[in-house]
Amino acid sequence: MIFFASYSPLKLYRKIGLSRSIGLGLLSIIIISTVIGPDLVGHDPAKQDLLHARQMPNAVHLLGTDHLGRDMAARLLSGARLSLSLGILSLVTAAFLGISLGIIAAWFGTWTDRFLTSFADAILALPGLLLVLILMASAPGSWWLLYIGISLTLWVEFFRYTRQRSRIILAHPSVDASKNLGLSNYFILTRHIFPELRNGLFTISAFGIASAITAIAALGFVSVGIRPPMAEWGLMMTQLLPYWREAPFLILQPIICLVLTILSLHLSVGGFHKK
Amino acid sequence: MYKKLIAALLKRGLQALIVALIVGLVSFAMMQALPGDAAFRIAAGRYGYDLMDAAAAEAVRQELGLDRHWSLQLFDWLKALAQFNLGESFIYRGSVSEKIAVQLGHTLTLSLSALFVSILIAFPIGIYTGLNPNGWADKFFLQLSIFVRAIPPFAVGLTLVLIFSVHLKLFPVAGFRSFHHLILPAFTLGIGMAAVSNRVIRDSVLEAMHSDWQLFSRIKGLPSGLTLRAHVLRNAALPSVTYIGVQMAYLIEGVVIIETLFAWPGIGHALIHAIFGRDIAMVQGTALTLGLIYVGLNLVIDFLCSFIDPRSAKS
Repeated sequence: MIFFASYSPLKLYRKIGLSRSIGLGLLSIIIISTVIGPDLVGHDPAKQDLLHARQMPNAVHLLGTDHLGRDMAARLLSGARLSLSLGILSLVTAAFLGISLGIIAAWFGTWTDRFLTSFADAILALPGLLLVLILMASAPGSWWLLYIGISLTLWVEFFRYTRQRSRIILAHPSVDASKNLGLSNYFILTRHIFPELRNGLFTISAFGIASAITAIAALGFVSVGIRPPMAEWGLMMTQLLPYWREAPFLILQPIICLVLTILSLHLSVGGFHKK
Repeated sequence: MYKKLIAALLKRGLQALIVALIVGLVSFAMMQALPGDAAFRIAAGRYGYDLMDAAAAEAVRQELGLDRHWSLQLFDWLKALAQFNLGESFIYRGSVSEKIAVQLGHTLTLSLSALFVSILIAFPIGIYTGLNPNGWADKFFLQLSIFVRAIPPFAVGLTLVLIFSVHLKLFPVAGFRSFHHLILPAFTLGIGMAAVSNRVIRDSVLEAMHSDWQLFSRIKGLPSGLTLRAHVLRNAALPSVTYIGVQMAYLIEGVVIIETLFAWPGIGHALIHAIFGRDIAMVQGTALTLGLIYVGLNLVIDFLCSFIDPRSAKS
């Protein structure tokens, strides 16, 4: 009983506030349905059934069918799998690179710092999506280029934040004290630097995944990203746009999915971040 | 006085150079990575598939020096870029710079109108909520900003099209003919930018209202309206304008997607179509121009900041 009491949603809610609770709740629902949803729906997202195209939501097709008779629920979930996995994968890559290079830059200083900082500044000379677009131009629809491009734009913010914070932390007398006590660099890293960085990095991560998912959808929407047979939210919007009049509920579905996912990510770290 | 301005000019100049280098290198790599014989492809683009033969391809190969080592070609490619020679479009007749000269006007019209719309929305809301913090309007606009921020620009655009063009039939769905066509794309981008900047303006107005000099100017007897105009707003303007600079990335990214959605014949629209058609000269030209607009707008923001706050230019 005590165990459950300390982890009850009410306690959590009191600790982190309403908007973050809504965000985390929404995010868990999205993640759980992305993981187990496709099996529950049971339809093949690519299977066409032209005789039953553009159906209203019904018992067989929970969210209706698209212009080729494909099950919308299955396609939305498959799109969610794609966006979330690619978003998380690029974020993990970017975070790993950005945090380690940021600490290296702060730790060694001098020319290492200068070199890494100018490299980050060079990436910032172009708006992120434009960089991804230019990369995608050499092979439209390539999954790898999308992954590399998004990671390349996301790592900069991790790097800048980590570098700036670590420099302040490393200059603090407590770090000197630890060094004089003969404690290892590993100790300084795990006990001085990481705990201070944690909250900021969570915020950057949530916003980073959100902007990765936005970028994937935006590229899909202008047909430069993921290619048609795959179910992808941005692509679905483009494909369903011509059927707005006959079936308005179809095009709204991917828009709502995208907005809810981004909203849940933003809310889960407090809703606002001026970037 | 001008030291800071020159520093800003140098920094942005360096950024422009980096943009040109990145775009040039990537498009050259794209050129090399294309499958098949580039000479045949370019010849087919110039003369049409039916009218070209091996001799025409050979002529193109000689003309462009496509048979030389790639490092020499890279040197030529970058040299041409440095001379602002963007080459000929692979698909359309005519040079890339001519096409871009036409598109540039459309893109600037759209981005500046979007900026104008965002300022028109964000400043009144930001100033009002900053002067009345924690009131109902403040809370409402905070929630609204969080919600609007979560909608990507193309989804905002789609929603506006569905409501105002298809349903209410107030504005045209897409295209470019009259002022009417500009309204929806400009609002799409403007709303997205205002969603964040109104909060930044609110915070800076709030901070200025709590400052010592604001209190002092009230104590020395200045009316509240004059204090607001002469002291609070001017001081709050600096972070607000700086923040608009941060939003330039959003604006340029948005322009690419929104021009495509609304079939607005600007540079972003051309970039997407060039990517489809593998028109590398056009990809290079449009990406370069968009990158340079980004750097240029940032430079304007730098200058604006030192105009608003001369102290920042002196130090």
